[in-house]
Amino acid sequence: MEQIREYFKESVTYRLYLLFKDELDDFFTTLGEITIQGLNSLKYILKLQINWKEVLIQANRFGISSLPITLTIVSMTSIIVAMQVAAEMVKYGGGGFVGMMVTLLTVRETGIIMSGFAIISMIGSSMAAEIATMRVTEQIDAISVLGVNPIRYLFVPRILAGTLMMPPVLVISSVFGILGGALASVMTSELSYRAYFASVRSGLFLYDMKVALLKAIVYGFTIVLISCTCGYIARGGAKGVGIATTKAVVWSFVAIVVWDLIFSAVFFF
Amino acid sequence: MIKVEHLTKSFYDKQVLKDVSFDVKDGETLAIVGFSGSGKSTVLKIICGLLDKDSGNIETSEGEIAMVFQYSALFDSLTVFDNIIFALKERKELRKKYTEKDLERIVQEKLKLVGLHDIEYKYPSELSGGMQKRISFARAIVTNPKIILYDEPTAGLDPISSTLIEDYIVRLKDETHASSIVVTHQMSTIMRTADKVLMLYDGKSVFQGTPDEMCNAGNEYTKQFVTASLTGPMKMLTE
Ligand SMILES: Nc1ncnc2c1ncn2[C@@H]1O[C@H](COP(=O)(O)OP(=O)(O)OP(=O)(O)O)[C@@H](O)[C@H]1O
Ligand SMILES: [Mg+2]
Repeated sequence: MEQIREYFKESVTYRLYLLFKDELDDFFTTLGEITIQGLNSLKYILKLQINWKEVLIQANRFGISSLPITLTIVSMTSIIVAMQVAAEMVKYGGGGFVGMMVTLLTVRETGIIMSGFAIISMIGSSMAAEIATMRVTEQIDAISVLGVNPIRYLFVPRILAGTLMMPPVLVISSVFGILGGALASVMTSELSYRAYFASVRSGLFLYDMKVALLKAIVYGFTIVLISCTCGYIARGGAKGVGIATTKAVVWSFVAIVVWDLIFSAVFFF
Repeated sequence: MIKVEHLTKSFYDKQVLKDVSFDVKDGETLAIVGFSGSGKSTVLKIICGLLDKDSGNIETSEGEIAMVFQYSALFDSLTVFDNIIFALKERKELRKKYTEKDLERIVQEKLKLVGLHDIEYKYPSELSGGMQKRISFARAIVTNPKIILYDEPTAGLDPISSTLIEDYIVRLKDETHASSIVVTHQMSTIMRTADKVLMLYDGKSVFQGTPDEMCNAGNEYTKQFVTASLTGPMKMLTE
């Protein structure tokens, strides 16, 4: 045993581990916390211990106040795509597929991923900063001492709001994405609105829409859970709030991309 | 009643509390003094359950435990009104007991107790530090606690506001017969509120006695503390 341990200490793996020890510890602590708080929140949601008034407040923040940015980003993405390809496609006789292509792309991918990114940068970051500030100013401790469960008070309404609001946000922004694609196609090519929208219909599949809505629910849940948790485990003053916010954004971005990979593999492969 | 025996606590490799024992009877107030970083807040946080102890025994009487935080810790997204009634509104078993009218009355009552009025719809950031402290007071005692922990209740207050708070600590104790612990650096607070004093140094208790004994007994530690002297048994601990 001793020998094995000695041998292990000499090994490259162990040295690599030492090099990244703090980062690894931090990674697994964060992952563990996200899992635990996610389960805790689910427990309260299933027990219906929900403050609906607070859910409404958070839903307003999540859905309504973020809408201008989400709409801009999603429709811009479609506009850029259409600008790049519409003229070429029309030139080579593919004009009948421009609407279909933009629609497929928006419903399957850019709608959800771009609104996810918009939500992360607007809502996720502010939730993380808010809860981290409450942590470092002992407001979360005060909640506990007053006999209220901070997960139930802080996480549950935010997570519910995020999970419920992400699908409508996605639907509205996808519609704007498809409209944006129409505008760009008509302006940069010979295509007519009629021709564009005729092909939109052939790019709309019920299956895609169902998967997109499922994605919206999962991403909404994930973004809020990660952001709240990163804030919740913050420590150490203003710097800690900064670190928590960055962490929330980075983790959410990566989580969304990983989810997207999983969804693509499971549903479209 | 609070009874603490051989309490220890470490953060990572640093042992903050090595062996701390004391007891506070019903209707009694204990002052805890000691260097910055000697673990005073840690003791309070262990008693109210915010931190886990490493070893030792803690017994407390049945009922609510309240804590007044060192930096007030008011909820900055809520008004003064909602801060004060937070526990009554957010706890299921308490929510049912009070009507809107009751809550209104309770807020007025508590505000009057801490000498404030006409600020219930302001937000904490619109108040001075001293006012915030007093609101955090009002918020803590709204559940009629049997144990009240004060973390530096008078730090950063002018002498008159300090006296107000000190009088209030005494009055509250007389009315509710609660056991209180007051962490403080201020002699005035010790003299006015405390029945007993505990002094912490290097994770251990170096003095326990009455405030008078603290000033007069020949204990080297308390002598250094009372005279605020740089020479004595206590050295500034460096990390
Ligand atoms: N959550 C924590 N993680 C790591 N170390 C901690 C933590 N809380 C406190 N400490 C350390 O424990 C020691 C005691 O802290 P504590 O806040 O109890 O001191 P204190 O006596 O209240 O000081 P002050 O008079 O400045 O408020 C300090 O050295 C502090 O660095
Ligand atoms: Mg302290």
